[in-house]
Amino acid sequence: MMAVAAIDPPAARSTKGPLRRALDRFIENRAARAGLFIVIPVLVAVMTYHWWWPYAPNAIDLKAMNKGPSATHWLGSDGVGRDVFARLLQGGRISLLVAVSSVAISIVIGFLVGAIASFGGRVVDATAMRLVDLAMTLPPVIFLLVLASIAGTGIAPTILVISLLSWPILSRMVRARLLELRERDFVVAARGMGAGLSHLLFRHGLPNCIDILVVYATLQIANAILLEAGLSFLGLGIAPPEASWGNMLNLARSTVVLEQYPWQWMFPGAALVFTVLAINFIGDGLRDAFDPRSDLN
Amino acid sequence: MLSFVVRRCATGLLMLVALSLLIFILLRLAPGDPIDAYINPSVPMSVSDLETLRDRLGLDQPLPLQYFGWLHAALSGDFGYSIQRSGVRVLPLVMERIGPTALLMGMGLAIAIVVGVAAGIYSAVRRNAWPDIAMSVLSFIGISSPAFLTALLGLYFFSVLLRWAPSGGMQTAGAPFSVTDVLAHLILPACLLSIGHAALIMRYMRASLLEVLNQDYVRTARAKGVPEFWVVIKHATRNALLPVITLIGSTVGIAIGGAIFLESVFNWPGMGLLLVNAVGTRDYPVIMGATLVIGACVILVNILTDLAYAFVDPRIRVA
Repeated sequence: MMAVAAIDPPAARSTKGPLRRALDRFIENRAARAGLFIVIPVLVAVMTYHWWWPYAPNAIDLKAMNKGPSATHWLGSDGVGRDVFARLLQGGRISLLVAVSSVAISIVIGFLVGAIASFGGRVVDATAMRLVDLAMTLPPVIFLLVLASIAGTGIAPTILVISLLSWPILSRMVRARLLELRERDFVVAARGMGAGLSHLLFRHGLPNCIDILVVYATLQIANAILLEAGLSFLGLGIAPPEASWGNMLNLARSTVVLEQYPWQWMFPGAALVFTVLAINFIGDGLRDAFDPRSDLN
Repeated sequence: MLSFVVRRCATGLLMLVALSLLIFILLRLAPGDPIDAYINPSVPMSVSDLETLRDRLGLDQPLPLQYFGWLHAALSGDFGYSIQRSGVRVLPLVMERIGPTALLMGMGLAIAIVVGVAAGIYSAVRRNAWPDIAMSVLSFIGISSPAFLTALLGLYFFSVLLRWAPSGGMQTAGAPFSVTDVLAHLILPACLLSIGHAALIMRYMRASLLEVLNQDYVRTARAKGVPEFWVVIKHATRNALLPVITLIGSTVGIAIGGAIFLESVFNWPGMGLLLVNAVGTRDYPVIMGATLVIGACVILVNILTDLAYAFVDPRIRVA
């Protein structure tokens, strides 16, 4: 969704040609359309549920504990009688909030590090890239755990932890693109006319990286949803009573819930997988759409 | 070849030192007093005692000096004490967890390699037949589902509903140690761990084999009258395996991530469970020790992968 919003404004500007064609290619991609078909209703439901769903995510009803799906509680209720559907929607809201904010932060860090590495000279470049290498040595989940142990639980720490983890790959892609761009005539010309670093980065660098950023953002949102769910599943991300898809799955670590009340964890699990799959379809569609060669096939 | 080995090991060592520095800095940024790692929480201490200890441990020194002090101790195997388990040293705590994790991951990866390579070869040979399409769809699902969800679903279906496997732990409580008992506990988590990797290996194997099968020397082999089975197995698969070896090496890191979730769902007494519990209780010395050991393992596996690759593909050594 964010990705589409990000394409629209430039498409309306003077650079209409290639971006409009990319948009057309994207619309023609069947898998990407299927992705949008899932993601848009999920987004709408998650953002508007408090207007049309009668139950609040944290409303306790002791007369309806651990009830299965029924006409009133569509997806059943949990151990203290909270409505699972309401928690599922609130959980989706939190999961998407965490994912989108952390991706926004990591895009800023990733772009700046990549840009500074490519324009900042050999020493800066080498230092930044070795740092990136180092950040990529450890398996991401391990790094996530180390950072989580410092940051603690809650929404803001989780956003911070995930965004700190995800920028290195982006900064590499940005660096590679900008290194190539640096040698192009129009950039050399701008430099010759005395353009400063910020002019070079934001007038020339940023518009030429927009495809990388959009594709990265989309795929990384899916990834961030999984990271958040994983952390919360281990009890280190979003802390109860706030709902998230991960900490709803965490309930299933209790044998009783796992065995006897499967609706309490299977629905959030399904929501997680479908949303992530759909966002990945959209991301793949965007990647193909931005690749001009895909017209040739 | 020797200089390649030496060079690769040297970079690996450097990476490890840099990693230890990074983690040291990160954990010093953490809230809380680092001196907690050195005192036994069940013994009360006065403020002046604490100051003496702080002085003796060098915690009042500047950070670089502290790092070298820590590194010196760590090199002689002293990672300090666990904060949560009073009086327990970190190193043995971490060491006793390596075995179970290695067992789980080794079994998981072995299953993934066998299944993935076999399925990949089959898919490539019978391209676009229905089993190929079915396996492609399955592998897509396998790659996209997170480890904690497959772990929960596997536990639910195979342990709870079908009762085919025990629901957790590494051995039956109270029973004497037996290999079959451990195997019975191992097989379900190992299979679940292998799903994502088998799917990934299958896709790489399929793509790589399809590319190789189009090459001239394969056509030559067929023209010479080599039976199709041997063309695929001996002539094509050997070369097609090259990119898959690199993939297997790089999935070990991901497998550690997956193992953490499987260990905590199945209560498997490995590194992952240790690390998750340590993070949950902010037991920084244990986090530090466990992370470093995992980091060292990942670096070692990467080196071994590179060496294996150089061994099977002579072009790498020359470059």
